[in-house]
Amino acid sequence: MSDITLNTAAAGVPEAAPRSAPLTQIGLVGWLRANLFSSWLSSAVSLLLLYLIIRWAAGFIEWGIVNAIWSVPNNQTQACRDLKGTGACWAVITEKHRFMLFGTYPYEEHWRPFLVCLLFIGLYVVSAMRRFWRWELALIWVAVLTLIGVLMWGGILGLSYVPQERWGGLPITLILATFGLAFAFPLAILVALGRRSSLPAIKVLCIMYVELIRGVPLISLLFMASVMFPLFLPEGMNIDKLLRAQIAIILFAAAYLAEVVRGGLQALPKGQYEAADALGLSYWQKTGFIILPQALRLVIPPLVNTFIGFFKDTSLVLIIGIFDLLTAGKTAIIEPAWQGFGVEVYITIGAIYFVFCFAMSKYSQGLEAELNRHRRR
Amino acid sequence: MSQTTNDPRLLRAPPKRPIRLSWSDERVRGIVWQLLVVGIVGGIVWWLWSNTVHNLEVRRIATGFGFLGREAGLPIAEHLIDYNPTDTYFRALLVGLLNTLKVAVVGIVLATVLGTAIGIARLSRNWLLSKIAGVYVEVIRDLPLLLQLLFWYAVLQGLPGPRQALNPVDGVFLSNRGLKLPWIVWESAHSWALLAFVAGAAATWLYRRTARAKQMQDGQPRRVWPVALGLLLVLPVAVWWVLGAPWTPDMPALRGFNFQGGLNISPEYFALLLGLVLYTAGFIAEIVRAGILAVPHGQWEAAQALGLKPTQVLNQIVLPQALRVIVPPMTSQFLNLTKNSSLAVAIGYQDIVSIANTTLNQTGQAIEGIAIIMLVYLTISLSISLFMNWYNARIALVER
Repeated sequence: MSDITLNTAAAGVPEAAPRSAPLTQIGLVGWLRANLFSSWLSSAVSLLLLYLIIRWAAGFIEWGIVNAIWSVPNNQTQACRDLKGTGACWAVITEKHRFMLFGTYPYEEHWRPFLVCLLFIGLYVVSAMRRFWRWELALIWVAVLTLIGVLMWGGILGLSYVPQERWGGLPITLILATFGLAFAFPLAILVALGRRSSLPAIKVLCIMYVELIRGVPLISLLFMASVMFPLFLPEGMNIDKLLRAQIAIILFAAAYLAEVVRGGLQALPKGQYEAADALGLSYWQKTGFIILPQALRLVIPPLVNTFIGFFKDTSLVLIIGIFDLLTAGKTAIIEPAWQGFGVEVYITIGAIYFVFCFAMSKYSQGLEAELNRHRRR
Repeated sequence: MSQTTNDPRLLRAPPKRPIRLSWSDERVRGIVWQLLVVGIVGGIVWWLWSNTVHNLEVRRIATGFGFLGREAGLPIAEHLIDYNPTDTYFRALLVGLLNTLKVAVVGIVLATVLGTAIGIARLSRNWLLSKIAGVYVEVIRDLPLLLQLLFWYAVLQGLPGPRQALNPVDGVFLSNRGLKLPWIVWESAHSWALLAFVAGAAATWLYRRTARAKQMQDGQPRRVWPVALGLLLVLPVAVWWVLGAPWTPDMPALRGFNFQGGLNISPEYFALLLGLVLYTAGFIAEIVRAGILAVPHGQWEAAQALGLKPTQVLNQIVLPQALRVIVPPMTSQFLNLTKNSSLAVAIGYQDIVSIANTTLNQTGQAIEGIAIIMLVYLTISLSISLFMNWYNARIALVER
């Protein structure tokens, strides 16, 4: 390049002023040409998609906002029914949102489940921050979960007692997911270690447990918890339905988490195990100080993905009649006046689930990028 | 594995020490730990078992599968084989199993097609297309499947009745009674033609194998498509033609309050299939995308530099490498779809879980009912993973 410019200068040819790139290659036009209209096929696809998006968005805005009804006086849903198919009836949300969020919890005590939800969210945020990743975090968990129990049950500190049968809605979803996770995770680590153990009996037991649980749908475990569990216990001893479902969810989640943890154990170079042995560490010292800290770090992103799946799966308790967020939504439209407004209710509940799962998913992506920073070139 | 055993250092057996009865001996500790764990697990199982036996005695519930031979008396709306409520529980459960397979097989095929399309769309250079595919994947994966099923069922229930049914194309009706499609009156000639097609597919596969083997020997490529065309298209059509070429279209038509004729897809099946396919496609799309991205760019360029045609690049170079990454996670998605089809019970599609649940409510045989559900799913899961493991081993990298 430099040779050429040198030659032109030497030949006395006046140097041309640097020209900017053609307008069609830069800026908005250039971007559009490169990304939307690079070929006739691409242009056709873009135009078709644009048409569909505009049509769909216009239809949705018309249905969801322009023609929608936001509230109706005392359950007079005839106005909503007349609009069926052309406008949304958000009045069902206005009327029933307290029921959808908190179920049959006593109305004047709703601040307690509300506070519980905030506590849960706070707990998740704190657990997500890397600077809190120390053993003290376990203490925070115990403290917050105890506080949540006190708030939900009441009966002390001047709070009125609320039996567990009256709990419902979002707190139940968060309880099932959080307690399930808190108990399933340690169990999963033990099972994953057992599956890699050199002791044949323990290995076979762990393989059987993981493969059996992973081979059947969660529903069959929940059915088992609701129908068969009472048969398993001695006469007179009974565990309430929520706890039985919780146990089923813990056993289910532990099998899946164990496989994720096992992936981390397998990915760890063999030299780490051998070095720990060479130092004369005992099995538990080796596992606790050398293996697990590295193996768990490797599998944090897939772990978070499993958590997301598992948070969504708590909604399956609907089938055995436990009052979680989805069940509360489904129950809210059983009343004859509000029958047939399922679409509006499910969109609202979907938005709540989406907020939680999307936050976790974005967090997992961010974490993955951060943890892999040393590998990036 | 063979490498490690051939290692001369390992051929020397480690010196055998006599087992000392001491806690410091690793083998003694191992045996004690195993005895302890097996003892605890066995104790819990024995305790639960004895409680169950006692409870069954107290409640006078007879165990065993004798109830399978009794009259079921439960109506089933959709059945692939003949069924009426006077049939036995065994036949009812069989109908349920076939319903599960019906939704799982169709779902797996459709979800694979849609998921692959979305995964490729996400890699498209068209910004709008890749963004839409990305948003689809993100949204669909962050909503519980059960919620999506209930949503689609609510949407289908909210459709107008048969008299005001949506009629996008002639002969296709969408109403709150489900989807109606045109069909043909099925005769034995059609069955024979279908059989000829299956036989033709098998023969094509065999021919392709021998052609490949011959090409490996003499380096001459042989055309497969003329044979494939003959076996897959001409042969079935010829069979159909010889048997009289029956063709009576069966169009759905409104009679009274409902449709008569045509192919009926019930709202329950439609909602379940729609939910399962859309949900699983979101996951399959990510797997396909990751698989394609896993093939290094140099492989494309090297193949093009060798002068291969674009289809050859895709078929001979890229796909075989991408499939190695794609197949194992795809297997678990197929398993997930099959297991998730059990959510049918929430929207009233009568699959095996739903019928086993009704059975255990009617007969009180809780243990047997749940055992049947678990056995069915374990069998299906094991069959799918065995097949996919076989396929995976076939396409896996052959190392020296």
